[in-house]
Order: sequence, then C-alpha cells, then structure tokens
Amino acid sequence: MPLTKEQIAQRIARELKDGYYVNLGIGIPTLVANYIPAGINVVLQSENGLLGMGPFPYEGEEDPDLINAGKQTITTVPGSAFFDSAMSFGMIRAGKVDLTVLGAMEVSEKGDIANWKIPGKMVKGMGGAMDLVASAKNIIVAMMHTNPKGESKLLPECLLPLTGVGCVKKIVSDLAVLDVTPGGFKLLERAPGVSTEEIRSKTAGKLVIEGDIPEMQF
Amino acid sequence: MNKVIANAEEAIKDISDGAVIMIGGFGLCGIPENCIAALVKKKVKGLTCISNNAGVDDFGIGLMLQNKQVKKMISSYVGENAEFERQLLSGELEVELIPQGTLATRCLAAGYGMPAIYTPAGVGTEVAQGKETRNFNGKDYLLEFAFEAGFAIVKAWKGDRDGNLIYHETARNFNPLMAMAGRITIAEVEELVPAGGLNPDSIHTPGIYVHHIFQGKGYQKRIEQRTVRKKV
Repeated sequence: MPLTKEQIAQRIARELKDGYYVNLGIGIPTLVANYIPAGINVVLQSENGLLGMGPFPYEGEEDPDLINAGKQTITTVPGSAFFDSAMSFGMIRAGKVDLTVLGAMEVSEKGDIANWKIPGKMVKGMGGAMDLVASAKNIIVAMMHTNPKGESKLLPECLLPLTGVGCVKKIVSDLAVLDVTPGGFKLLERAPGVSTEEIRSKTAGKLVIEGDIPEMQF
Repeated sequence: MNKVIANAEEAIKDISDGAVIMIGGFGLCGIPENCIAALVKKKVKGLTCISNNAGVDDFGIGLMLQNKQVKKMISSYVGENAEFERQLLSGELEVELIPQGTLATRCLAAGYGMPAIYTPAGVGTEVAQGKETRNFNGKDYLLEFAFEAGFAIVKAWKGDRDGNLIYHETARNFNPLMAMAGRITIAEVEELVPAGGLNPDSIHTPGIYVHHIFQGKGYQKRIEQRTVRKKV
C-alpha cells in the first residue's frame, strides 16, 4: 500500500535529530510537527518571523497577530522568539536552519526542484521557497511519486520552471524513501507492500538499487 | 521631535497618482488598515505597491485592487484573491514576483544605505534572467538592488510621538524593514503612548526612520486561516 499523507509525515519525522531547527513547508510538511519523536527537542522556524512554533490555539484563543507562513493561527512555546522577515531569511541563508521540509511538483535526479509555477496556470508566486532551497543545509521533499495521470514526478530533468538547482537531498514519497546521489535517485526504503519493480516503473529518472531494499515499518 | 498627525487621511495626503508605496504586513497580519482605507477613499491611481501579498478580495490591498488603483504589484505570493487574478489575466495589472527573502533584504538594503545585495535565492531559475551572477567561495549569487520607494506605510503595535515603534508577535514581519526603506515613512499604531512611554531598549524601529505617526482606530485584524485544536 502506498503511504498516506500522514505516514509520509511520520516517516520524515524520523529524520529529525535532537537540537534541530526545522522549517516545515505548507501541506504534508506541516503534518511532520505531529510526529516529532518523544525525547527529541526540535525548534520549528516559521519564515514570517518566529522560532518556536507551537500547535494550533484552542478554540476561542486565536490571535490574529500570531500566524505561521501558511497564514494559519498558531501558538508560541516556552523559549519562542519573534523577528522580522529579513532576519528570518538571514538565518536561513546563513545555514542556521538544520532541515527544510517542503513539497514538490517535480524533482530531478540531480536534485533540482520545481514547485512554484505551472505555465498556463495562474502563478501565485514562490513565497519563500526559492530562498529556502537555495540556502538550506538539508532539504527533504515530501511528495507523491506520480501525478494524478500516473506519470512520474521523479525525472531526469524537471520540465516545469525550477525553484532551485541541485538542492534536494532526500525524498519521501508515497512509495519510497530515496536519497539524491551523484548516481541518481538511490532507493533506500519501500512503502509496505510496494515492490521494487513498481518503484522502478514509476521513477523516470535514474534509479539506483543496491541489495535488498527494506520495507518501512509503521 | 513631534511627528504625530491626526489621522490616516492626513498621513497619506502627499501620496498622488503613480506613487511607489511599500505596504507592510504578511497576509492580513500587521497590515496598515487605516491607511489602506484612506487610500481607497482618496482614489489615487496608477500605484506601484511593494508588499509581500496582495490582500484578499474584500480586505487589505484587495480593496485597492477592487478600486483599480494598482498598476503594478511587487510581491512574493499573491494567491487568495480572485479580483487580482482577473486583472492579471486581462492585462490590467502588472506583477513582479520576487523570492520572499529577496523582497525583505531589498528593503533592508534600502534602510541600511546599501545599493544592492547578493543572494543565492533564484540562482538557476527564471528569477536569475538578466541579473548579474557572481561566485563567492564556490557558490553562485544574484545581484539584487535596494528598493526605491517614495512612501512606506507600516503598522506597529505601539509608538510614541518621536516615531519609535514596537511591533507585536508575527505582525512584525515586513513592517520594520519597510519602515526603514521609504523616503517618507508613515506609521499607524494601535497605541500611541506619551513621550517617554516606551523602553528605549525595546524599540524595534528607531524614530529617525519615521516621518508621520498616528493613533489608528477600528482595527479589524482579520484572520485568513483560522486553525484551532479541541480541548481534550
């Protein structure tokens, strides 16, 4: 069975390490916050100007001055700090944020990412995505392995306009966990019940398979 | 130095057709509601607005779009606005999309008196087209220029007659950066305190950057995405 969105988030959460500063993008990446492993201390950065993002507020306690980069109402945690947008991207650019998790429409075998623009459709903008991918030390992409037509989104070259070049390090899709390596997409784990052959058939870019590939456990 | 003026109408009286205006805020958080309402009432046209977002259909910069006052938007993200989309597709509105960190840093550069900055955001993408690229220590960076804007309009939580400003929570966002970057900076505040009422150690924007300040009123502070959890 392919992973659900929650399971993709759950699997990505296992990459978190104690002491990490993490920026989570909109969509599946946001769900990662729900699966931070017990005993691990992670500080969430929201690029609109907050370190130490807490959960959604209780009903009736929403604060219009306290939102995340997805414009959702949120809370702070003990130790939170506010700052302006230049400092926010300053800390991102300076490599202070340990991990960025974001979604993608396409990723190439060289680690290029496209996630902001589809020609012919209304373009809403890149927001902070280009800044994040250009500077993050480690980028994990959460995505579906194929588009609704069944076509691979893991490609030799991105077809859509790029967000960043050679920046993606790891992909957690609904079918697999893969590292982006100089040799191409290296298969590390399979979704439960998903075969290596299925992953191979749905990966258009170069796929490296070495030895037995374990199944993810949930 | 007393920079206090009566209201939003007086604050924007020098803004005329074709002006370039920075408008603070992120989404609808920390936007100068009073000045936007005054600009809508004044019906100035042909404006270039530098702002991270373009509001929603019936609030924020969206109100100026409904009124067809905006010629060009310079933003990082412009979703959530049907009238914006209609004007863009019909060619009535020009849009320049800029990476959010670049937008912020181009404001910062203006306020710090620096003509340009180098940033890696957009290298290898269409954002890099026509821009000077320079390699530092093995990594490519784009040359991006400081903004030049006739006016900056910002919203702060507290301010004093000297124009010193303090922002609240994530309503800070682009406000202090734009406050530094405008040739004329207008600040509307939720609470105008008596002289000496702010702790000098806590000031986010020193008054030297601010030309006019006034006590705002009737803040709606709309929430774009109300997300909550249930008490268990």
